[in-house]
Amino acid sequence: MTTVTTGTRAVKGSVGTAHTRVEGRDKVTGAARYAGEIPFAELAHGWLVLSTVARGRVRSVDTAPVLGMPGVLSVLHHENAPRVETDYPGLLGSAPDPTVAVFQHDRVPHMGWPVALVVAETSEQAREAAEALVVHYEEEPHDVDFYAGHPDAYAAEGHMPGVTAKGDLEPELAASAVVVDERYTTPEEHHNSMEPHAATARWDGGRLEVVDSNQGTTWVAGELANLFSLDPASVWVRSEHVGGGFGSKGVRPHQVAAVMAATALQRPVRVVMTRRQMFSLAGYRSPTTQQVRLGADADGRLRALDHSSLSLTSTVHEFVEPSAGVARVMYDADAHHTANRIVRLDVPTPTWMRGPGEAPGSFAIESAFDELAEKCALDPIELRVRNEPALGPVSGLPFSGRNLIACFRKGAGRFGWADRDPRPGLRRDGRWLLGTGTAAASFPAGAAPSTAAITAEADGTFTVGINAADIGTGARTALTLIAADALEVAPDHIRVRLGDSDLGPAMIAGGSMGTRSWAWAVTAAAGDLRERLALGDGIPPEGITARSNTTEAIGALAPKERHSFGAQFAEVAVDVTTGEVRVRRMLGVFAAGRIVNPLTARNQLVGGMTWGISMALHEEAVRDRATGGHYGADLAGYHVAAHADVPHIEADWVDDPDPDDPVGIKGIGEVGIVGAAAAIANAVWHATGVRHRNLPIRPDRVLMAGENA
Amino acid sequence: MAPATPSTHSAISLNINGEKRTLSVDHRTTLLDALRERLDMTGTKKGCDQGQCGACTVLLDGRRAVSCLQLAVAAEGREITTIEGMAAGDQLHPVQQAFLDLDGYQCGYCTPGQICSAIAVIEEHAAGWPSAVTDDVRPEAAPPPLSADEIRERMSGNLCRCGAYVSIVEAVARGAAETQAMTSADLPQTEEAAA
Repeated sequence: MTTVTTGTRAVKGSVGTAHTRVEGRDKVTGAARYAGEIPFAELAHGWLVLSTVARGRVRSVDTAPVLGMPGVLSVLHHENAPRVETDYPGLLGSAPDPTVAVFQHDRVPHMGWPVALVVAETSEQAREAAEALVVHYEEEPHDVDFYAGHPDAYAAEGHMPGVTAKGDLEPELAASAVVVDERYTTPEEHHNSMEPHAATARWDGGRLEVVDSNQGTTWVAGELANLFSLDPASVWVRSEHVGGGFGSKGVRPHQVAAVMAATALQRPVRVVMTRRQMFSLAGYRSPTTQQVRLGADADGRLRALDHSSLSLTSTVHEFVEPSAGVARVMYDADAHHTANRIVRLDVPTPTWMRGPGEAPGSFAIESAFDELAEKCALDPIELRVRNEPALGPVSGLPFSGRNLIACFRKGAGRFGWADRDPRPGLRRDGRWLLGTGTAAASFPAGAAPSTAAITAEADGTFTVGINAADIGTGARTALTLIAADALEVAPDHIRVRLGDSDLGPAMIAGGSMGTRSWAWAVTAAAGDLRERLALGDGIPPEGITARSNTTEAIGALAPKERHSFGAQFAEVAVDVTTGEVRVRRMLGVFAAGRIVNPLTARNQLVGGMTWGISMALHEEAVRDRATGGHYGADLAGYHVAAHADVPHIEADWVDDPDPDDPVGIKGIGEVGIVGAAAAIANAVWHATGVRHRNLPIRPDRVLMAGENA
Repeated sequence: MAPATPSTHSAISLNINGEKRTLSVDHRTTLLDALRERLDMTGTKKGCDQGQCGACTVLLDGRRAVSCLQLAVAAEGREITTIEGMAAGDQLHPVQQAFLDLDGYQCGYCTPGQICSAIAVIEEHAAGWPSAVTDDVRPEAAPPPLSADEIRERMSGNLCRCGAYVSIVEAVARGAAETQAMTSADLPQTEEAAA
């Protein structure tokens, strides 16, 4: 028996103090092992074969020649693969994306659809055989053409209503002194986490074990159990270190194919996506075309707001990029209409990607606000001050906290906004035209039910078990600090275990909800544990464990508008003779709840803003109408911001604890990208006098705009 | 394993982090796959397998190279240094320590490549190699200060999708300063006086 020490020396203040990552040493020495790096005896390697047509049927798969190649063990395809079940509720209650149910039929719904898995002793053998496999198709005409006003578009609900409407737009627009009516577009964008998706599956004593790279093992284990009709307790998914996710690391074909092959061969099988395959299999952000109509009085007060967005989805699954949703939170008007529409094309199913809805939606609405400010001859920040709503514009609910204007005021002071001459095209530095721009940001702040267990160990330390995922957010470290404060001990007394479905159900790392959801469960378990330790009976050798489940507490939350907010500032330099746009500096000030670990939080917010630079200037996946596939589906053809593209970026915050959260957390994973591209586009206008309403702002677009201007 | 035949496999010997490793490899095996799949040295990461992301950066004879574009059989006789060879026992390399202290990463997957690249960048710079942003590129010019812009330019072959560039640049700058301080401390007094 050990004497109980907790509570006797109160240690608080870990939350809010900068701490380096608890797994940092493993990451800088190469010791941290990611999903494709865990050794297995008798491991076989699977290589996916993707369709080379965009629509049609698989007529036949010539497996015989490939099965005779050195090392080849099996070729799985629609005629011989195990059958899976797809009639079950997916993550948000809707049907799962049938894209994950690989090799179940001969239909090919898009270019890059998985048609076979070649399994061999080594990855070299699997790859050669996969490339040699001949698949015959019955090709049908395809349609990948996405454009505004598509006749087949329809309003669709995703995780929010498809359409909201109050008031009459036309009379309010007619009565407006100033009107902005413009179309904005954003391209197809890909997550491109640095670590490609990887899964190893094996059967061990009647139990399915999967080592994977994902954003939530509860989610992946649950879907695998459903797909393969297994008892959930007999599926074990681990995901210790995850090389980035950004929304793409859920249930994907590679895990399902690995499980099928491990089942067929009765030995461990690893399937890793290639970078090129990720462009077809890992999900992506739909392109959007958005029409924004704003009508305002001469003083800038809105009378009418109409934001209508069109995105695409596949023919097999409905996914909505809800870009018009952001207007439902940001701005009010007597006539306020928003609509998210989709069109089904012969393309892969898009998915959540960092700031889904808000990232492209804020580009449109925050660019339109800058145009309205120009027309009203008002400072863009003052325009937002005048349109700050007291209640949710659509819901009528109170905000749990907003603090948007506090972000603008703090940011304006630090950025030097007060000295800004609003006129465009006046500042020059050698060959560069200079400009500054601003935009607002918001992203929903939510919490989802989770379970946690904390064990007071006999040696005076504590083991926290919470099925969180640390995809680079610093969750492991944040939860260490939260547990330390909740137990009133130093962080070095805490050991956090995560990324293991045996730890029990918990929220995924997604929707900027992970840390808040997990912290709630950890705090609740810690409270219970402290009560039990206070009884003073000492700790037995096996320790004392307390468990929590936040389902009831979260269900009891009063309905409110709960969001993180922010103000983005950018300075750009534009060379109109080469078309080059360089971001010179950025500042973001956020109201994003209590900041748990300033060191990692700042890094994550700056990371989001870096995505904003990438979105504004670089990222664009181009689909070829003729083949239905991509041009340059790799990191040379699809540009993400590199070191030389990213200047010094500052992120800061205002005091903004959430009043209804036990720790005061909101969420910071996504708000950093929101508004960032608009701030840059607005700065490009300020530099050159030309509005760029189509992303990315490529050199050719700058040059063409220069000719037209 | 499939039976090795003389026509498809070779026995090779690689010098990795000062250690001689002997193995039989498929001629198609890249140095990256030899490290990861055959030698269980998974610190070197596979991000794209086509030389576009820098995650697989190692040092070959002290110069950086993307190991996914290098066949293992062609790496015989070269001095290969991977992330596993950067620390001296428990003592992290100053660049590793700076990445840890300044949070020069998020998910950590590009990190070994960033660190290997950074260590080589510091040496390339000290040896007087110019970059595309160096103002004075004459052979006789002294190395330019290792400014943030110089670091960004020289590190641009290493992508970080989490967007941790700002703290990576800070970490490389600190790592460079610490490396320089260590190097100066190692120099004999007379040489320092002569310089």
